[in-house]
Amino acid sequence: MIELIQQIIDGLGRGGIYALLALGIAVIFGVMHLINFAHGELITVSAYTSYWLFASGFNWWFIAPAIIVVAVLTAVIIEFVAFRWVRGAPDFTMLMTSFGVHFLVQALFVMYVSANFRQFPRPGWIFDTWRIGDLSLEVFDLAVIAATLVTLLGTYWLLQRTMFGVSLRAAAEDFDTARLMGIRSNRVIRGAFILSGVLAGVAAIFWLMRSGQAGPTAGLNPMLKGVLAALIGGLGSLSGAVLGGITLGLVEVLLISRLPGGTAGLTDGIVFLLIALLFVFRPQGLITVRRVERV
Amino acid sequence: MLDIESLITRYGTITAVRDVGLTVQAGEVVCLIGPNGAGKTTLLATIAGLLKPSAGRVTLDNKDVTGWAPDRMLRAGLALVPEHRRIFSDFTVRENLLVGGVTQPASRRQELLDEMVTLFPVLKERLSAQAGYLSGGEAQQLAIGRALMSDPAVLLMDEPSLGLAPVLVEQVFDLITRLRVSGRTLFVVEQNAQRMLAVADRAYVMRSGEIVADGPAAQLSAREDLFETYLGQSGGST
Repeated sequence: MIELIQQIIDGLGRGGIYALLALGIAVIFGVMHLINFAHGELITVSAYTSYWLFASGFNWWFIAPAIIVVAVLTAVIIEFVAFRWVRGAPDFTMLMTSFGVHFLVQALFVMYVSANFRQFPRPGWIFDTWRIGDLSLEVFDLAVIAATLVTLLGTYWLLQRTMFGVSLRAAAEDFDTARLMGIRSNRVIRGAFILSGVLAGVAAIFWLMRSGQAGPTAGLNPMLKGVLAALIGGLGSLSGAVLGGITLGLVEVLLISRLPGGTAGLTDGIVFLLIALLFVFRPQGLITVRRVERV
Repeated sequence: MLDIESLITRYGTITAVRDVGLTVQAGEVVCLIGPNGAGKTTLLATIAGLLKPSAGRVTLDNKDVTGWAPDRMLRAGLALVPEHRRIFSDFTVRENLLVGGVTQPASRRQELLDEMVTLFPVLKERLSAQAGYLSGGEAQQLAIGRALMSDPAVLLMDEPSLGLAPVLVEQVFDLITRLRVSGRTLFVVEQNAQRMLAVADRAYVMRSGEIVADGPAAQLSAREDLFETYLGQSGGST
């Protein structure tokens, strides 16, 4: 029982990061019908920023907020440079654009920095554990859970209690009708990218604290996890994205701890098979999203 | 107030609206009637900015607003109640109304909200209810209330009675009458021609993308030939 509780806490820690990534992807999908495969580039740029800031003598207390700022700026730049010009184009065109941004950013880092990964120091406390009775809790997991909760509550407040949030949700439900209500498409889409940048930034802090490395493909794995979590939850559903992230984190940890020794490498493969199985029974994901077709 | 001149809208090679001209004066209720596929909804979507016209001009209060985006059009004073209502079904009734007032300052938004719940008492009772669970008639009232939250100079309505039970259809036309009495300027697209002509000041008849007749609603209502030739219905005034 103790072991299970510990695994659940580990899973919540991992799932919290996935939830933040998935929520950012779901927000963009909601307003643009775009699965943003360039979302991982926010992590990649944040990783290099962390590396360079460490090299310049800064510590994590400065780097953590800097990561959020950089992720937001990157998100806004990507929206302005890449997606604004194809807005209104078929969904497939925007999807191709997101792939283009993904590979272009990777190539730029390979060409002008290096194809090799660069290491930077991880904070020592992430390896610390607190003992409560028989439970051995990793401080890192508790920090991720706390930060995820605060970020999700903040996001919930923003979406439910502010006119920006109401506008964003309206645009996500029916973009054309939202425009008929006077909601400015540029503003709401830019706002969605800023929000996705904040969420990716918070996720990036913890992802990079754990990985401690920057490389051209640093954002690939988090992007895939985020997209998977968003798909599990039901693409376009914000609560589904959070649920999908937590579910993915829990399933991964439970699989890793239960697979026989030496077979933990099969985790990702088994997770994909489980997701395929989920879609056989619930093609719409865990939460059904009602969607209005655009004019 | 609202002037449309020589408006043409195309979908690729298909011309859905052909050289349409019409006017709506302040305080008037003007309707556009015609059979399915006449191009009525396309015309409204073009006026509201959802579709770009291929040619022609839209002016509102003598200001050229041709091709303006819907949000800009709304700020200029023109709101549309879309076909099938298209309320935000995941939102509460209150949130739907607030979205309608997004262009208004916060203090004015609250005043407008109070006005809307006075105008539509049924919404007052259901402010916290999820809009997706409203009946067709309630949802139509919400859609109209939401559009009025922007305090528009001209309100466009697309098929407000479409898909409603007969008793609810009567409620919608009663509501149009109330809006008319309160001095609102309305341009209403409606398939229920006879009923609409009974509450409108003037009317235009559209067929195959063109305006084929226009005049005072009472006169058109009496023209049986019009109903038989253009609307595929028998009987004029009711």
